[in-house]
Amino acid sequence: MPAVIVILAVVFGSLNPNFWSGTNMANVSRQMSILALLSLGQTFAILSGGIDLSVGSLLALVSVVCAQQMLNFGLVEGITAGILAGGLAGLINGLVIAKARVPAFIATLGMLVAARGVALTLSGGLPIAGLPREFLVLGAGYLGPFPIPTMLAVAGFVLAHVILSRTRFGRYVYAMGSNEEAAVLSGINVARHKMMVYVVSGLFAGVAGVVLTARVISGQPTLGEVQELYSIAAVVIGGSRITGGVGGIGRTLMGVLVLGILGNGLNLVQVSSYVQNIVIGIIIVGAVYVDLARERRQ
Amino acid sequence: MVPPPSHSPPLLDMRGIVKRFPGVLALNGVDLEVRAGEVHVLLGENGAGKSTLTKTIAGVYRPDAGDMRLDGRPVHLRSPRDAQALGISTIYQEFNLAPDMTVADNVFLGREPLRVRALGIVDRGRLIRQTRDVLATLDAQIDPETLVRHLGVAQQQTVEIAKALSLDARLIVMDEPTAALTSREIERLFDTIRHLTQRGVAIVYISHRLDEVKAIGDRATILRDGAYVATVPVASTSIDEMIRLMVGRDLKDKFPKISAAPGDEALRVERLTRKGVLHDVSFSVRRGEILGLAGLVGSRRTETARAIFGADRLDSGRIFLRGIEVNVRTPADAIDNRIALVPEDRKRHGIFPSLPVRENITLSALGQFSRRGLLDVGRERRRAQEFVSSLRVATPDLERWVVYLSGGNQQKVVIAKWLNTNAEVFLFDEPTRGIDVGGKVEVYRLMGELISRGAAIVMISSDLPEILGMSDRILVMREGRVAGAFDRRDATEETILNCALRGAAPVVPS
Repeated sequence: MPAVIVILAVVFGSLNPNFWSGTNMANVSRQMSILALLSLGQTFAILSGGIDLSVGSLLALVSVVCAQQMLNFGLVEGITAGILAGGLAGLINGLVIAKARVPAFIATLGMLVAARGVALTLSGGLPIAGLPREFLVLGAGYLGPFPIPTMLAVAGFVLAHVILSRTRFGRYVYAMGSNEEAAVLSGINVARHKMMVYVVSGLFAGVAGVVLTARVISGQPTLGEVQELYSIAAVVIGGSRITGGVGGIGRTLMGVLVLGILGNGLNLVQVSSYVQNIVIGIIIVGAVYVDLARERRQ
Repeated sequence: MVPPPSHSPPLLDMRGIVKRFPGVLALNGVDLEVRAGEVHVLLGENGAGKSTLTKTIAGVYRPDAGDMRLDGRPVHLRSPRDAQALGISTIYQEFNLAPDMTVADNVFLGREPLRVRALGIVDRGRLIRQTRDVLATLDAQIDPETLVRHLGVAQQQTVEIAKALSLDARLIVMDEPTAALTSREIERLFDTIRHLTQRGVAIVYISHRLDEVKAIGDRATILRDGAYVATVPVASTSIDEMIRLMVGRDLKDKFPKISAAPGDEALRVERLTRKGVLHDVSFSVRRGEILGLAGLVGSRRTETARAIFGADRLDSGRIFLRGIEVNVRTPADAIDNRIALVPEDRKRHGIFPSLPVRENITLSALGQFSRRGLLDVGRERRRAQEFVSSLRVATPDLERWVVYLSGGNQQKVVIAKWLNTNAEVFLFDEPTRGIDVGGKVEVYRLMGELISRGAAIVMISSDLPEILGMSDRILVMREGRVAGAFDRRDATEETILNCALRGAAPVVPS
């Protein structure tokens, strides 16, 4: 997979040398940071044997809550409220999935629809403007040569990687995805850890939503359409198994990079975004096929 | 069971079969010759190559070298469909049935008789009738319209055999067919097999149960470490001799003599009850003791173990550990109270297939490796290596996914996981099922070590020699109740079976 990324980069770089420019790199990474954050949360969900279809809508919900509370109370309060809104939605997902035992696909599908409804209701269907100018920095600013959203995504990757590979919770996520029944019989509190998985996913969506709101300096109830599907694509292209128990953050990083480089590269050679979608669709299926073929040969 | 005159070519003739997988030579020049109408047993320890050989026969694998002839004519199987078309059927240990479809649907799956060919409309009348016919030849009282899900294991197996027959199978491979059957069902299966062989069908029969092999087999081919060892006539070969050929050494102690001085009471359960499942189950086990739990399939021994372990709920009853009453509501509670459950079905309930050996071993006690919230993988590795060495788990390294280990080694990994929790009471549910002779001895040796260190063991087993060989005391259950109890000295296979069937036996105070 890393080889694929290098090849893609070299190909696009040679087709349009602007690919390698600092500005381009900064722009791409800034744009991809939202999807990256969503994909991190999605990785937890998928590894545990579930899925989170609601994260795209959560961007909208978080955006609206963040903007409204920022206008009501202040910058920090708005940011906190937004992130917590994501976490709360995740908690609701978790309760439905772990306690009511509704399959994750269905539970998060319901949240996908409902959360957007909440966002539209709270905002009356209209954007919320008038956010403090300082907020823009979070979405559009730089820390040295690096865009702030990119740094946040990188921090997110590091944090997620540590959690998944070095904590008990992370180990239990893999165990649940590998064999949930054995996990129960091994003494793992599956219900509690499943809930935590969806809270984590919701919190990552919360951070992503706040950053996105900062970038457009307004609360938008229409954000995030289809983004949940791209987050799943990133996880799956990276090589994590859709049924859980196999994969990791490193793989998701690969998936995000592939999507990012592909999208940006095709833009630079002036391929229309419609055609890009066709390409991405083919890549999603192709990447999983290659992975499965490799596994079957074992 | 009478083989045809030997001047006709054998039904199946495989010579010099070689099969390689990355990192392992599974079959190294294996020969197998099966005659029509014979029951040809395939013997060998786990990892000897039996499964690879049968999958080659079934068309799942293509050999890297060697040739295969059917009735003297060379064949090259490219897929299981080719094998089926040539009359080779396989009945796997885990049945290939669709539980939510009817018996008839399953028997003719993929070959349904059609009313209108072009539209693919199924002729249900013919489907049911033809299924009834096949079932009749097997003398089976099964309604073709029942959902497979509602059938017992033995009946499901009969459906599999019916499926094979409907394919006009001339050779049927049966992989551990008796693993989940009661003795009565085993007898019926043997009748069916005799019936089939009389019609000229050949059976390739894989089993670890050597006394059954003696009862039903004509010839046996022994494999060891992927190599062909010998083909022997079953009638004139003793079990000891078969074991020697399988293992390459004499296994004198099938059941290593274990005794430890029993100590204080370790576990006592009183009147465990769950409506419709368990009724007033009471018993106790002491430290250093093995309590064998015998009974027929359906006696609810597994449910008893799961209830003690907190995996299933109880309506009433008390559990005492070392004389102190405890409340075990979840497996986590059980682990805290030093109880371990090694489940019956390791694939479904015991192992984490996509996790490495190391993680499988440490999973139930991760607290031991946790420092300031982070896991110390180095420590995990060292601990896992200790168990891999002491239990002799055959794995190239600690990071290998457990799914790639053989059944016996997977079981050792599961046991290691529980050893790592420092449990004092071990509930073993069919601990040696699906494990080869050599592996069984190691599990028994392990159990001996556990009790010599003061653990208490409750061992559920359907293998009467195992129960008699390993237990200090034996408890017999029947339909969710305690039917009787025996001391080791007073028990025989007949008395246990009698008690298990009829619930009548002297109850020795425990």
